[in-house]
Amino acid sequence: MGLFDKLAFVAQARQALDEMGIDPFNVEIEEILSPTEARIAGRKVLLAGTNNYLGLTFDPRCIEAACQATRSEGTGTTGSRTANGTFAGHRALERELAEFFGCAKAIVFSTGFVANLGVISTLTGPGDTLIIDGDSHASIYDGCRMGGADILRFRHNDTVDLEKRLRRLGDRAKNTLIIVEGIYSMLGDRAPLAKIVSLKKRYGFWLLVDEAHSLGVLGQNGRGLGEECGCMDDVDFIIGTFSKSLGAIGGFCVSNHPELDLVRYASRSYLFTASPSPATIASVRRALQVLAAGANLRERLWANAHRLYEGLSELGYRLGPEPTPVVAVYMGSKEETLACWKELLENGIYVNLVWPPAAPKGESLLRCSVSAAHTEEQIERIVSLFGDLAANVGLRHAPA
Amino acid sequence: MAVPQKDYAEIFEAVKAILERFDKVPECIREEMEIVNDLGLDSLRVMELVQEVEDAYDISFTLNELAEIRTVRDFVLRIQKEIEA
Repeated sequence: MGLFDKLAFVAQARQALDEMGIDPFNVEIEEILSPTEARIAGRKVLLAGTNNYLGLTFDPRCIEAACQATRSEGTGTTGSRTANGTFAGHRALERELAEFFGCAKAIVFSTGFVANLGVISTLTGPGDTLIIDGDSHASIYDGCRMGGADILRFRHNDTVDLEKRLRRLGDRAKNTLIIVEGIYSMLGDRAPLAKIVSLKKRYGFWLLVDEAHSLGVLGQNGRGLGEECGCMDDVDFIIGTFSKSLGAIGGFCVSNHPELDLVRYASRSYLFTASPSPATIASVRRALQVLAAGANLRERLWANAHRLYEGLSELGYRLGPEPTPVVAVYMGSKEETLACWKELLENGIYVNLVWPPAAPKGESLLRCSVSAAHTEEQIERIVSLFGDLAANVGLRHAPA
Repeated sequence: MAVPQKDYAEIFEAVKAILERFDKVPECIREEMEIVNDLGLDSLRVMELVQEVEDAYDISFTLNELAEIRTVRDFVLRIQKEIEA
């Protein structure tokens, strides 16, 4: 065994899952039918855990753009952005992102995870200080660790705790980078950005907002939490992904600091990984146009989000703190939550199973995410099956 | 290393009192005990412990520093160092 000894606990946990007949962390989508339907384990399933917020993965305009780009530019760039991997489309997408956000500079990365790694670890290093929300995404934690700066974390969404940490830093506070998320991926709650910006005005720190789950979801034009709170100008760096609302894969950072361009030359995760394929870039450019063109999809998304949140709430379920397109449902212990996940799948609904430490405070969750592509009937079906679930599984945490 | 015994003892008692409020922590807490292996605290409960101590002494620990702390004694010494800084 040797190197694999440290994974013995994984083997043990996996064996228990194997005995159940399905591994919730290794699900195969046998056939993807639409943004909201797939075939899993031989049965047609309604997808309610995909982050496909605007439902653009099957948008004919995006598909056509991707097909055209593949025909004319090939299947891949076979190189990093720094070498032979910057095509005209990559540059055009950067200009379009900068224009969409009203920012001076934009950099496109190969994934959202890599954007966080690359930007955070390049902007901060030994001797610098970062303060991050305790519920931050793994890519934020890893980006912070990679840079070698001092990392402090504050209690999730607790600006009183954040201010204590700023005060304790004294003069160091003004050169500290604070990182928060527009919508937190597990509980679906927003960062208290207006309060954080007022702290910024007092302490003078730098502010980075990860809008991975809020791009296309929040703000009048879908720019994210910064736009919704009217504080775009107070945010130094916005990081985002193409793999949720924009229906593809890739990541970006935008900023009004002209020096952002220097990150290209110093970020290892930009320098040493292949750039997004022409098909990806073309479909993202088209999706960004769709997103920018109007609020129809966003309005449908929010109508669905409220319908699901309110439906589950009326059933008596304990949910994440506020209605957003990420709806977290507390189901009790790990074992109870797993049983519910399996029950839902067998009845034709796929949601995300989240166990601690991925779920905050040691609790387990069924994480639903809704899409603009869900129909009213599909949302009602999800609510209805959650209603049946309580009776079928006999949970003490779910309604009787 | 010379440790100012009174301060050390006071901090140890305070940490012990916080730890005793956690479920499933052994009744007899000794300074050489490892916080994770002997006291059975998982990563989330370690963070709760750290946050309680930070509030009690009005100090902040970086994640980098916490990675080096294994025993109750390591933790008490680190608190002492931070208070004196």
